[in-house]
Amino acid sequence: MKVLLNGSSYSIEDNCSVVALIKNLELNGKYAIEINQTIIPRSKYSNQKINSGDKIEIVQAIGGG
Amino acid sequence: MTNSHTDKFTIADSKYSSRLLVGTGKYKNSEQTKSAIDKSGAEIVTVAIRRTNLGQKKNEPNLLDIIPPDKYTILPNTAGCYDAASAVRTCQLARELLNGHDLVKLEVLADEKTLFPDITQTLDAAKKLIDDNFKVMVYTTDDPIIAKRLEEIGCVAVMPLAAPIGSGLGIQNPYNIRTIVENASVPIIVDAGVGTASDASIAMELGCDGVLMNTAIAEAKNPTLMASAMKKAIQAGREAYLAGRMPKRAYASASSPIDGRFF
Repeated sequence: MKVLLNGSSYSIEDNCSVVALIKNLELNGKYAIEINQTIIPRSKYSNQKINSGDKIEIVQAIGGG
Repeated sequence: MTNSHTDKFTIADSKYSSRLLVGTGKYKNSEQTKSAIDKSGAEIVTVAIRRTNLGQKKNEPNLLDIIPPDKYTILPNTAGCYDAASAVRTCQLARELLNGHDLVKLEVLADEKTLFPDITQTLDAAKKLIDDNFKVMVYTTDDPIIAKRLEEIGCVAVMPLAAPIGSGLGIQNPYNIRTIVENASVPIIVDAGVGTASDASIAMELGCDGVLMNTAIAEAKNPTLMASAMKKAIQAGREAYLAGRMPKRAYASASSPIDGRFF
């Protein structure tokens, strides 16, 4: 299935969880995740399923003033 | 004698010794960021919240490894937000990112050319964030009335601009900054527009509790040396404020006595 990940189309397995997505992306460091403008708390990553067409944002801290 | 051990200031129940707050933008690389921030002595360091670069190299250092949250108070900002809703959303993501850390720098911008704050949206966002238990340090204009309103709705620090963000023009309206300081019962931190060390000293001499800067250090030819200069300028300005300056006079006043002259 396809989702919109950080503004770009991205293909993942059906019924994928947030944990599986993080593993696929090999994310490091600290980040926060939002699906369809709802923040997903870290404690819910393993239970949270991703649906086709979801808009996912993964953000981190970068340099800024 | 005042020193950094006794002359602390408080933001949202936390005490800080350094009155210099610094940003992390515009540096050439992470080594330069680390070196300048170390030298500045800053305890509060701002960061922006942006999409993770998913093509990132695995060994590329993360900003929070360079400025670890157990060593610094991380102050996520809402830079680039032009409406209250996106500013609130950014703060909520930052709180999740930083494990519940609730101190934020709110800025809601109005115009790309000046980067002046949109005050109506800023007031709206500040109320929503405070209702959601955030501790809000708010970027605003140098309008004393608005500064007081932001304090009244519960912002933990009010941060008027000295001049437009990144302009380096220095304090354009010292009388307004002084009025804001006189009226305030929360810390007043000059945020944006400082260009060099004397600008930071002037802010402190006016009685501000601190200065937040980014470009003045990051765009200096030698950012680490400028960070050191800024640290000293902030301390000098603070001590001058506490010492109480002499009155200004229109004419000279001899320093050596008239009596006892033999000529």
